[in-house]
Amino acid sequence: MSSRRPLYLPRRQVIRGLLATTAFGVTSKLWTGCSPAPTETQSSTGGGTASPVSGKPLVIGFIYNAPKADYGWNQAQASGAAAIASLPGIKIIEQESVPETKEVQEVMRNMIDQDGATVIVPTSFGYFDPHVLEVAKDYPEVQFFHSGTLWKEGMAKNVGSYFALVDEGQYLAGRIAAQASKAGKIGFVGAKPINPVLRNINSFMLGARSVKPNTKMQVIFTGDWSLPVKEAEATNSLADQGCDVIAVHVDSPKVVIETAEKRGVLCSGFHSDQSALAPKGYLTGTMYNWGTIHKKYVELLQAGKTLMNGGIPHQVIGGIAEDYISMATFGPGVTEAIKKDFDGTKAKLVDGSMVVYQGEVKDNAGAVKIPAGTAYKVTAPELTQIDWLAEGVAGKSS
Amino acid sequence: MALSRSNWRSTAEAICVPIAAILFALILFGIFCSFNGKDPFLVYEAIGKTAFGNWRSFQGTLLRAAPLMLTALCTALPARLGLMIIGNEGALVMGGIGATIFGLLLSYGSVLPTSTTTTLGLPPLMVQLGMALAGIVFGGVWIAIVGALRHYRAVNETISSLLMNYIAIALLNHLVEGPMKDPSSLNKPSSFPIPEIYLLGNLGGTRIHYGLLYGVIACTVAYFLIQHTTFGFAARTAGGNVKAARIAGLPVGKLTIIICFLAGSCAGLAGMVEVAAVQGQANASIVAGYGYSGILVAFVARYNPLAAALVAVLLGGIINSGGALQRSELLRMPDATVLVFQGLVFIVVLYSESLYGRLKIFKEPEVPATPPPTTTTTATV
Amino acid sequence: MADALGWWGVPLGILAGTLRGSAPFLFVSLGECLTEKSGKINLGLEGTLLTGAMTAYAVSSLLQDKVGSALSPWLGVLAAGCAGMLLGLLHAWLSQQPKVNDIAVGIAMIIFGSGIAFFFGKPFIQPKAPQLPTIDLGAWSSSPAVQSALKISPLFLLGVAIAPLMFWFFKSTRWGLFIRAVGDSPDAALAMGVSITKVRMLCIVAGSFLAGIGGACLSLYYPGLWSESVSSGQGLMAVALVIFARWNPIQCLWASLFFGGAQAVGPALQSVGIDQGRYLFNAAPYVLTLLIMIITCSPKKTLSGAPGALGTIN
Repeated sequence: MSSRRPLYLPRRQVIRGLLATTAFGVTSKLWTGCSPAPTETQSSTGGGTASPVSGKPLVIGFIYNAPKADYGWNQAQASGAAAIASLPGIKIIEQESVPETKEVQEVMRNMIDQDGATVIVPTSFGYFDPHVLEVAKDYPEVQFFHSGTLWKEGMAKNVGSYFALVDEGQYLAGRIAAQASKAGKIGFVGAKPINPVLRNINSFMLGARSVKPNTKMQVIFTGDWSLPVKEAEATNSLADQGCDVIAVHVDSPKVVIETAEKRGVLCSGFHSDQSALAPKGYLTGTMYNWGTIHKKYVELLQAGKTLMNGGIPHQVIGGIAEDYISMATFGPGVTEAIKKDFDGTKAKLVDGSMVVYQGEVKDNAGAVKIPAGTAYKVTAPELTQIDWLAEGVAGKSS
Repeated sequence: MALSRSNWRSTAEAICVPIAAILFALILFGIFCSFNGKDPFLVYEAIGKTAFGNWRSFQGTLLRAAPLMLTALCTALPARLGLMIIGNEGALVMGGIGATIFGLLLSYGSVLPTSTTTTLGLPPLMVQLGMALAGIVFGGVWIAIVGALRHYRAVNETISSLLMNYIAIALLNHLVEGPMKDPSSLNKPSSFPIPEIYLLGNLGGTRIHYGLLYGVIACTVAYFLIQHTTFGFAARTAGGNVKAARIAGLPVGKLTIIICFLAGSCAGLAGMVEVAAVQGQANASIVAGYGYSGILVAFVARYNPLAAALVAVLLGGIINSGGALQRSELLRMPDATVLVFQGLVFIVVLYSESLYGRLKIFKEPEVPATPPPTTTTTATV
Repeated sequence: MADALGWWGVPLGILAGTLRGSAPFLFVSLGECLTEKSGKINLGLEGTLLTGAMTAYAVSSLLQDKVGSALSPWLGVLAAGCAGMLLGLLHAWLSQQPKVNDIAVGIAMIIFGSGIAFFFGKPFIQPKAPQLPTIDLGAWSSSPAVQSALKISPLFLLGVAIAPLMFWFFKSTRWGLFIRAVGDSPDAALAMGVSITKVRMLCIVAGSFLAGIGGACLSLYYPGLWSESVSSGQGLMAVALVIFARWNPIQCLWASLFFGGAQAVGPALQSVGIDQGRYLFNAAPYVLTLLIMIITCSPKKTLSGAPGALGTIN
């Protein structure tokens, strides 16, 4: 630090910084002219109705909390967005890697004010409270479709949820896993012990135990959605402990599937089709068909229906019967006999004669969580309160 | 008083060099974009419009700049003492934890309120003050530890503060998923939420929360502390030469710990703002990289707190414009673009540091030595 | 197929983690050691690591049809080293400018390097790239767990070989002496007629080459994929590692093994049922490093082995 001319150093830096920012601002004004007003009018005309009968495209904004190409959750959502991008009268804008802070609120506002979006689709759980709720208050004419199960009665009229429930798919995957497994021990690599992950684990386990009641499962939570090294270590530890089927719920199952293949154990994937990654050991896995839901929304929107006028339901959830989920390509471990059983069980789940959560269901401490005689459809709100692990699962949910 | 010749040269230098640096960085970025098939002028337009185009967008820039002003001080202050501390993220997290604990205690009397617990009914200002103080103390102590380790055990402060970051984040995750968890926050493990009346609001009519005000005040106070108090002078002296300072009798140990405490307290205050203005509770989302961005701001501002406030605005603008680059139909650039842009700007600005005093334009012209006057009338050349 | 190992799984998991996970730490810390011996800190190795990982994966994936899957990963490793060198050149040039602070440059390079890696790496997240071959040291065992634990990569062996080589290099060769002179006492180096700028540039570039190879370990060996979260901070920790190891390449080796093993502690413990405080277990390596530094550092004696010119601004 020079002490020769103490007065000049501060002034230099202050001037420097000031001029840098103003120069930037001034020169940018030269390019853009006056402050942009056209987008304001666009959103005000598009505000009253959601249907672009006038011929102006319906602008839908998608927000992801990580890069789209993550081979996992965000990629599935992005392919859902891509499914509607080429539909007539629809224009989608996307922004990725938006953290769950004030940033996402700003992004939503920018999409509405600058890009003229009238429908916003925030795809990460953590965006809902407080961010979506706060922005929804300021834009009552814009609709917000959040990907999750968090909407509750009494919330703002222009907010809705959609979700594809994986319980049935994972139940089927669990049955397949139990039939293909010789050791009767399943390993599960999960990110965090939150409700969707716990439901995944439990439905997988219930499926497995419906075939072999003595199946055991060991769960390892890595702590975050995308930690490749920890996921690989977890898979290896589970294989060390004798698990011969590995199931997974993290953002990108690629690491777990490939590591399981290297260890020569069977694996069951998630989010999207990973059969190419594990040609020997892959069984199957539940895949999201977000496109089906997105297309449904577009149909309703283009017919002039909105959340506010009651034309669009506030909660759009479903499972295998609605084709919101489907199963990935079967691997070589799925024999003809297993396939037959799968078809039979799937038919029963689709027509409703069988439910995944059929009492009596105990948690891994022995307490009865679903009493005998009670049955919950996957869409039941009680299931969103699950914070326990099913019987036979070794691990802690908190 | 007219500026003497040497004054205007260095002032001109101080104006031209940074502007040239930023423009050059923009040009480099434009070249990068055109190599990837994107029209650079569209890129410039998108950046300008979103970052500073109108009051609406500028609010967005200021909103993003707010936490950076505070976290930058966590590096800028100890740097005056010659310490290189990069523990801003950890101090922010600890401040957030402290603010949450005291926010809940002052609201409900307990960190784990049940459905029957009622609020204590304290006035909002008191609870907010409590949260701010808790944030300041938790963050301050965290970095003071780093300073103490440096002074008493000669542990390199860059490394120890880096390690403390990881430890703080692990502690946060452990607390919000364990002892402090709100059971109903099933999908996003968080602490119990702080009642809405106690949360920080926005500066009148804008979208910007009070964090911006805290940032500006903190930067101003820090500047005066360092430049215009004896304490600041002592710190700068010790930063220049520790041995000389010791010989002069300056209490280097005390200075170290106090400065580190102040540094950590600024970042801790940023953490409190994240909890009390943005999230409303403690959860993993308060870890958003503000600490690391703050380090960069501090360096580019050459550790001057006032300049740090302005550089924070610049960085806020860059981050703000990243979204436009992604969403623009014609551009559709990936999210990593803004990282490349940030990297370019800061590399060029850092390089421009070395140009001060070296450019011929701004140098004093060589004054030929005038010979001493002689008594004879003939002058020698 | 195998019976559960029970509690034996924990030490085995840690051993396996040590052999697998230490390779990136090893290369990056050796590279950083080289750089710091010449008196410059390169904090930007995190960006170099990511760029190296991306380049290795991309080259391996692009060339697999042209040169076959046996050769393409090795070309990927080479390409990663070269990519590292390019970033090293940039860092070396910038940090040797007058009045520029090493650490500031390092952090700018982390941002720039990560940005470049993520930007160009987008198309390579989906494809599968041929991986480096592994050497099966565990073929003698009938337990799949042991067999898998002892599958090590030739890169790991290369790193293990480089460590003592570097030690000998610093101690007993002329160039090693030049580097140490430049790092400990630039004035003495000048007096010897050694060009400080050239030596430092070579060291930074060579160090970045090694860091690039460290990145290749991540994407072509373990965990063996390319994605934006493939690094768990190995580049940043390497700087801590080098101080931890007192700038001694052999101790860098031990420290890398230690860190690699520490990464496996959390999952290994969870697999036997200990899952209270999993975050605290995951923070174990950092806490341990801090404790060891506190215990071993002392203000009475200067950090022995620290290059004298480290941390000064030229």
